[in-house]
Amino acid sequence: MTKKTEDVYGDHISHQFNDDLADLKANFLEMGGMVEQQLNSAIIALMENDGELADEVRAKDKEVDRMEVEIDEEATRIIAKRQPAARDLRLVISVIKMVADLERVGDEAKKIAKFAIGLVEEGQAPRGYIEVRHIGQHVGSMLRDALDAFARLDSEQALRIMKEDKRVDEEYQAATRSLITFMMEDTRNISRCMAVMWVLRALERVGDHACNLAENVIFMVKGEDVRHTPVEEAERIVGR
Amino acid sequence: MTNLKHPITASAEVKSESKPTVDQEVRTEEGIAYGKTVGKPYSDNAKFTLRDVNVFYSDVQAIKNISLDIAKNEVISFIGPSGCGKSTFLRCLNRMNDSIDICSVQGRLELDGVDIYQSKRDVVELRARVGMVFQKPNPFPKSIYDNVAYGPRIHGLANRKSELDDIVESSLKKAGLWKEVKDRLATPGTGLSGGQQQRLCIARAIAVSPEVVLMDEPCSALDPIATARIEELISELSQSYTIVIVTHSMQQAARVSHRTAYFHLGHLVEVNDTDKVFTTPEHELTESYITGRFG
Repeated sequence: MTKKTEDVYGDHISHQFNDDLADLKANFLEMGGMVEQQLNSAIIALMENDGELADEVRAKDKEVDRMEVEIDEEATRIIAKRQPAARDLRLVISVIKMVADLERVGDEAKKIAKFAIGLVEEGQAPRGYIEVRHIGQHVGSMLRDALDAFARLDSEQALRIMKEDKRVDEEYQAATRSLITFMMEDTRNISRCMAVMWVLRALERVGDHACNLAENVIFMVKGEDVRHTPVEEAERIVGR
Repeated sequence: MTNLKHPITASAEVKSESKPTVDQEVRTEEGIAYGKTVGKPYSDNAKFTLRDVNVFYSDVQAIKNISLDIAKNEVISFIGPSGCGKSTFLRCLNRMNDSIDICSVQGRLELDGVDIYQSKRDVVELRARVGMVFQKPNPFPKSIYDNVAYGPRIHGLANRKSELDDIVESSLKKAGLWKEVKDRLATPGTGLSGGQQQRLCIARAIAVSPEVVLMDEPCSALDPIATARIEELISELSQSYTIVIVTHSMQQAARVSHRTAYFHLGHLVEVNDTDKVFTTPEHELTESYITGRFG
């Protein structure tokens, strides 16, 4: 199985076409790794009150943006020159959509870094760090698994990520409820609690983007669009 | 992902008596398993009904048990690697293979429900109903006018000169050539450019009001602009004719046809809506071909 997925885009008559698609995939995964790193660093910066690290994250976002543009150009070139069809077309189209999601994850990381810097200046929030760590780990692993599913063309893993997203939403709801309760009890810390609230919101969005990546992986592998479809339907498609 | 799928359950609209009877088993050839044709080979609105068609050149089998409907007013394209039998199959549809002595055609080939290979059937009449356009433009060494008027004359379609004039004008108009040649109808057809010659051949084909137009790689000798014109023409002609087109250009098949049929080593592997074939083909072989993995 692994062997098959390894060269599924690499057996064209045209070696150049093989190389083009391989480069596209490699660059996408590189961007994914970079974004993953950004998210991790942003969460650490927040948890450990590390302003310097947060600054780094903000600076590095430019690099993520640059990669997005480059990959888009690469994909456009492939469409113009190769007129890909079927699974090749689905790969290129999915990459175009997925880089947008990755870039947005990068933006969320940058946002988290910004709040981390604010909290370094204001002093740490009294509550919410456990939730940030927990949800942060959760969405971080979803993102990693989504990139992994892309690399291995694993639609079953992608399906699991889609299901995970529901849990993240629940965790996010629970965390905000408890923070709201805390803010009502102790109004002095509202602004700092709000910062944490925004961070949680950003993490929840990362979960959504990971879910989008997963949907695209299913599209690439199965050729069916599972966006806006019930999970049962996605299960049926993946199970085929 | 899309693994070899066979046999398909024929699409729901198939009438029970028109189901192919042979070829239920899976054959293996050069390590590739062929099942029944996947996708949608049948239609409720068939112009051509083709069942269990086998074609032999002496003892070499070029077409292997193909069953297919070609619907009224549809544009269907035949694609596949060289030697897959797509041109042979196309040429069966107006008995062009008759002229090849060693070629024998078996199976049921019906146009509007009537067997076209009945021995008493008039081949000239068949070819008037099923016209053909070839790869290389082949105008007669006659004037532009006479090229188009030739068919109507031998079929006695016009009683008066004015009627013939009308047929020539409307055919050239339908072929999108009228404006370019209306002032020089008496000049030789061979003096036109390649793209114009091909459109002249299309005008000649449609002058006898055929019901079906077969096109065997009609654009392979033309430049992109002439190709675009012919493609535009195909979509206009599909309003009144059924068009079967063999093409090596997959993009062309994708652009002009409603359904696409993929041939491989004499088998009809897959027939599906063109949109489906080029985004999510059902058969692994189709996928390999259209994505440039072999051919």
